[in-house]
Amino acid sequence: MSIRERLSGNEAAAIAMKQINPDVVAAFPITPSTEIPQYFSTFVSNGEVDTEFVAVESEHSAMSACIGAEAAGGRAMTATSANGLSLMWEMIYIASSLRLPIVMSLVNRAVSGPLNIHNDHSDAMGVRDSGWIMLFSENNQEAYDNLLMAHRIAEHKDVQLPLMVCQDGFITSHSIENIELESDELVKKFVGEYKPQHYLLNDKEPIAIGPLDLQSYLFEHKAQQAEAMRNAKKVITEVSKEFEELTGRKYGFFEEYKTEDADIVVVAMNSTIGTIKYTVDKLREKGIKAGALKVRVFRPFPGDEIAKALSKAKAVAVLDKADGLNACGGALFTDITSAMQLNKVLVPTVNYIYGIGGRDTKSSDIESVFADLQEIVKTGDINNPYRYLGLRK
Amino acid sequence: MAYNLKEVVANKPSRFTSGHRMCAGCGAPVVARMVLRALKPEDHAVVCTATGCMEVSTFIYPYTSWTDSFIHTAFECAGATLAGAEAMYKSLKRQNKLEGKDTKFIAFGGDGGTYDIGIQSLSGAMERGHDMVYVCYDNGAYMNTGIQRSSATPKFAETTTSPAGKVIQGKMQSRKDLTEIMEAHHLPYVAQTIAVNNFKDLYEKSEKAIYTEGPCFLNVLAPCPRGWGYNTEDLMLINKLAVETCYWPLYEVIDGKYIVNYKPKNKLPIEEFLKPQKRFKHMFKPENEWMIEEFQKEVDKRWEELLNLEEITNR
Repeated sequence: MSIRERLSGNEAAAIAMKQINPDVVAAFPITPSTEIPQYFSTFVSNGEVDTEFVAVESEHSAMSACIGAEAAGGRAMTATSANGLSLMWEMIYIASSLRLPIVMSLVNRAVSGPLNIHNDHSDAMGVRDSGWIMLFSENNQEAYDNLLMAHRIAEHKDVQLPLMVCQDGFITSHSIENIELESDELVKKFVGEYKPQHYLLNDKEPIAIGPLDLQSYLFEHKAQQAEAMRNAKKVITEVSKEFEELTGRKYGFFEEYKTEDADIVVVAMNSTIGTIKYTVDKLREKGIKAGALKVRVFRPFPGDEIAKALSKAKAVAVLDKADGLNACGGALFTDITSAMQLNKVLVPTVNYIYGIGGRDTKSSDIESVFADLQEIVKTGDINNPYRYLGLRK
Repeated sequence: MAYNLKEVVANKPSRFTSGHRMCAGCGAPVVARMVLRALKPEDHAVVCTATGCMEVSTFIYPYTSWTDSFIHTAFECAGATLAGAEAMYKSLKRQNKLEGKDTKFIAFGGDGGTYDIGIQSLSGAMERGHDMVYVCYDNGAYMNTGIQRSSATPKFAETTTSPAGKVIQGKMQSRKDLTEIMEAHHLPYVAQTIAVNNFKDLYEKSEKAIYTEGPCFLNVLAPCPRGWGYNTEDLMLINKLAVETCYWPLYEVIDGKYIVNYKPKNKLPIEEFLKPQKRFKHMFKPENEWMIEEFQKEVDKRWEELLNLEEITNR
């Protein structure tokens, strides 16, 4: 039986961590994720968790300590944002290459510079090819649910990769919404015990981790890592299905909203999808066949599935909350369009860079995107596919 | 039991195997072997190294020289990585999730990974009080990447990034005193020792560091034949001269009390230490006599300061 509550996204993440009861949490404060280790420290101080909390002196050390802890033989978790993730960058790759299923709550924020504390996805996009599983969350409920599923996915023997659960800084992290929590018992049973096969603290089988890995072996090791990421797709599907059976809340690689007969579809990740759904409803009232596609699983990238889902549309807009700064578009756009090309889905598709540094995205902005798509359907003319939304002239 | 080298070697097989690829005449593998020998045979250890000579020469996939559990992650974070492992040990023990032997946590880092890029991670781990030992094998430069200056490089030494040129002759700055920085963390045990020539000192300090509860630090002078420019067979001599000239005093600080373990009866002039090393060659040009004088002054000053600290903290 679910418990109805009102929580912010950060509170939801902290409660999920409390229910998971990891063995070690190592974290460093950074806006807007700071509240997560704050709430969690209170659980530690009050004896509500068994966790050893390591209040490290930097995010680089937070990820280093998580690596040491997870390799030692238990569950390690952390939370961060923006520059904190950038400072971890070196260790993010190492965590994945050592095949350590560390779980992170990433509260998305613009990476400097210049300094900005508000939401966009430039932090997450900076580690998109680091070998971490990346789940995005529309609201506090999804931030909570994704965390509950995280260890089951990350620790699966065919995966063994770290995982980050993303949510939008301030927009969901600091907004209080209704949420359905699961009971401690249900979470404990669902998440289960972690029993690693090899670990540092096993004195019966000492192991060595993190070698100098030269020309003769590194390639094969990276290929195994890539295989694990491909395997994650199946595991995510299985775990999400099991979660649905328990909670009634359904999760896939992505969520399609009124796309079945949609001519024009807008694709996005995290909180903006709420505004897009609202706009879709408004347009549907006017008889416009609009739809939305919310990407939940960004890594592993469900390219074939997304391409198939978009194949019936007449025009598509992909919204990227981080600029590619590469003269060809944002990361979600380039991933989706290359998947469409490979799947011979030749639907006119354009990219909008939006919401940078916390720039508000209103329903009128989304309406303008759908209007642009209608124009594309009418004229068949894309012009510039690499566009901006909400940028002041 | 009083220390006896023969007994230690006979009764405690090396936990660091031969076959590694460290250079002949290098002090670092001797440090690893002797520090680990100070473990009780019945104890398990988790060893962590910073990236550096020791790591890249002892764990080249699929071979390892480490018989205990071992982890290497990156250059600047041996302190934090091992702290994480120690935190997990504490957590699992408290939750009764872990059976088996007592486990000790030992990190090794060169001076680059410790004095410079790793100092933040080390300082954090020490301040948080993890029950671990951090051992710096100080060879006074980035030897693994080809002898670049570090903050542990002595003044005037020639390195590939502080070459002795026509205008600037070697490193122009004095070396950082990391042992004192670590003591400023008010750790229960901090010591300075050498790789060879006094195994008793290295062994006993390792034993104290490993078996003193809380964060402990050892700074071990580990000469490097390539970087310092001495003949490989002179490793022991170089270590001896470092101590006899008081360039590298052997001392320990137990809960804030300084003990200078060795005070040479006849303190040798610093030239004795400098002369056999090519990195100081330019100091012996007739016009550079001032360099030797200045070097001597710095050694004398630091030695006096140390003796004063011993006196003050034992009053």
